[in-house]
Amino acid sequence: MIDAEAVYAVWLREFKVYLREKERVISSFVSPILWLIVFGSGLGASVSLHGVSYQVFIYPGVLSMALLFTSVFYGIYIIWDRKLDFLKEVLVAPVSRSSIFVGKMLGGCTDAMMQSLILLVLGVLIGIPLTPATFIYSLLILFLTSVAMVSLGLVLGSNLTNQEAFNLVINFVIWPLFFFSGALFDVTTLPPWLSTITYLNPLTYGVDLLRGAILNVQVFPTYLDFSVLIVFSLVMMWLGTVSFGRMQQSK
Amino acid sequence: MIITTNDLTKKFGNFTAVDKLNIEIEEGEVFGLLGPNGAGKTTTISMLCTILKPTSGSAKVNGFDVSAQPSKVRSSIGIVFQEPSVDDLLTGRENLEIHAMLYKIPREVRKRRIGEVISLVGLEDRADDVTRVYSGGMRRRLELARGLMHHPKVLFLDEPTLGLDPQTREHIWDYIKKLSKEEEMTMVLTTHYMEEADMLCNRIAIMDAGKIVVLDNSTNLKKKVGGDIVVLKMDNPNLEKIRKLSFVTSAESKDGSVQIVIKDVDRNLQKLLCKVGRIKSVEVRPVTLNDVFIHYTGKEIRGGEEEGSYWDRIMRSEVNR
Ligand SMILES: Nc1ncnc2c1ncn2[C@@H]1O[C@H](COP(=O)(O)OP(=O)(O)O)[C@@H](O)[C@H]1O
Ligand SMILES: [Mg+2]
Repeated sequence: MIDAEAVYAVWLREFKVYLREKERVISSFVSPILWLIVFGSGLGASVSLHGVSYQVFIYPGVLSMALLFTSVFYGIYIIWDRKLDFLKEVLVAPVSRSSIFVGKMLGGCTDAMMQSLILLVLGVLIGIPLTPATFIYSLLILFLTSVAMVSLGLVLGSNLTNQEAFNLVINFVIWPLFFFSGALFDVTTLPPWLSTITYLNPLTYGVDLLRGAILNVQVFPTYLDFSVLIVFSLVMMWLGTVSFGRMQQSK
Repeated sequence: MIITTNDLTKKFGNFTAVDKLNIEIEEGEVFGLLGPNGAGKTTTISMLCTILKPTSGSAKVNGFDVSAQPSKVRSSIGIVFQEPSVDDLLTGRENLEIHAMLYKIPREVRKRRIGEVISLVGLEDRADDVTRVYSGGMRRRLELARGLMHHPKVLFLDEPTLGLDPQTREHIWDYIKKLSKEEEMTMVLTTHYMEEADMLCNRIAIMDAGKIVVLDNSTNLKKKVGGDIVVLKMDNPNLEKIRKLSFVTSAESKDGSVQIVIKDVDRNLQKLLCKVGRIKSVEVRPVTLNDVFIHYTGKEIRGGEEEGSYWDRIMRSEVNR
């Protein structure tokens, strides 16, 4: 079903385009840096959580936020791809829809991982306590989270047809995923109704793992975090392949 | 028959874009779908190349059903889309390399094949530039090269010269003619330029409002109009009288002149001129496909500038990103 060469072809195209779209590369790490500086140092200067300064505490959250935005946006962009562009050329090619989906998905993960890499290096520079081992472990967690989030974006994008839908997704999917993920606060101190919402959010588990890896502050058991992310990713990949199979040219 | 359709239909909501289409296309022919904007040409091609699902009816391409065996159909075809579809941040060669991987062209022959199609469309000098800096005609040539590099059984060309300047258009025509001669590939092309259909196609299906109005080769289509065209410039023509003449097929007045279809113009022109009275000028011209279109639909195929030039469409696609 999955044809490695087709996956590679689709991925290669995405990667080359990514490297050549300089604005995209630059903007994808400028905004999280601003977040970290403004939010972390200004607002939370005197606050400390779990024995670390707020800036350090939200660092994994900001990493996750950057990843979330890059990943889901990348996915929904196929609303435009479907009208013109390379996607039509790929859809008429004799390759399985799952290969196209996986190639596209890995393309998005690559964007997200480039960004994560830069932000992790930056983290080391601003004094986040990262060892080589936790650095690599964090990358692994971020990769898994991006698989989940890019797939979600692609599922949404391949089922939507217009710009209005795009705005709806930003307001009703991306922002809630971010706010109810524990990226900015400690999920254990929330009122029960709110914590229930965060427990339903797959991103919560990615943030939890990352905070565990970087700050040693983790709410759920590691196996649970991983299971949720993996199951969610598999479901999204399955839905995505089905959606790609049904996808038609749109005007 | 390499392509057959059986009541192929596509509806968008209540609107029927393609209405019970039945066509048969023979292997090796260049088949034209000629019709005005909105006739349903692109919709037809999209169904034949499996990126749009028919609402009802069926179609077979190279013996495979477009709904039941889409991947078999996909490996039999190549397509040049109406809208620009090369990746403008990749070079011409990179676009072709990715295509080669998607179509599983064996690694050993890939380089050679890419070189062949690049020189076929005359892009040797520019193959390693990103296509963003290509002219509209160069992009079209690259798309042509890409569409045929995997040697498809059928090549679809959707408005191959839409929005290109006349000189570039003739270039593309030359490539298409060369291809149909050298590669013995079946080609299905859509166009709303009559001269394009006339020049390139063995058989032409005239399409209007989702239906095939008439289908034949260019010579026979023109015969169906029933004669040659005589245009008379004159005041107050008596159309009734002209139409009653035995050798006149039809007569219409149009801004200060009368357009008459007349049988056997060599013998009958003299007679006609005797009967109509004072005229200011006379012009005799052969029937064009435009006349055929008017004959069958009562309207003209208008120029396609409403759809914008190739550049407008590229700009639009970039703004849409
Ligand atoms: N995805 C779509 N949704 C709604 N209407 C469509 C869609 N695609 C095409 N149409 C309509 O179907 C008709 C035929 O379109 P098309 O096949 O593009 O015509 P042509 O290629 O002959 O110019 C047009 O009226 C067009 O507006
Ligand atoms: Mg069209």
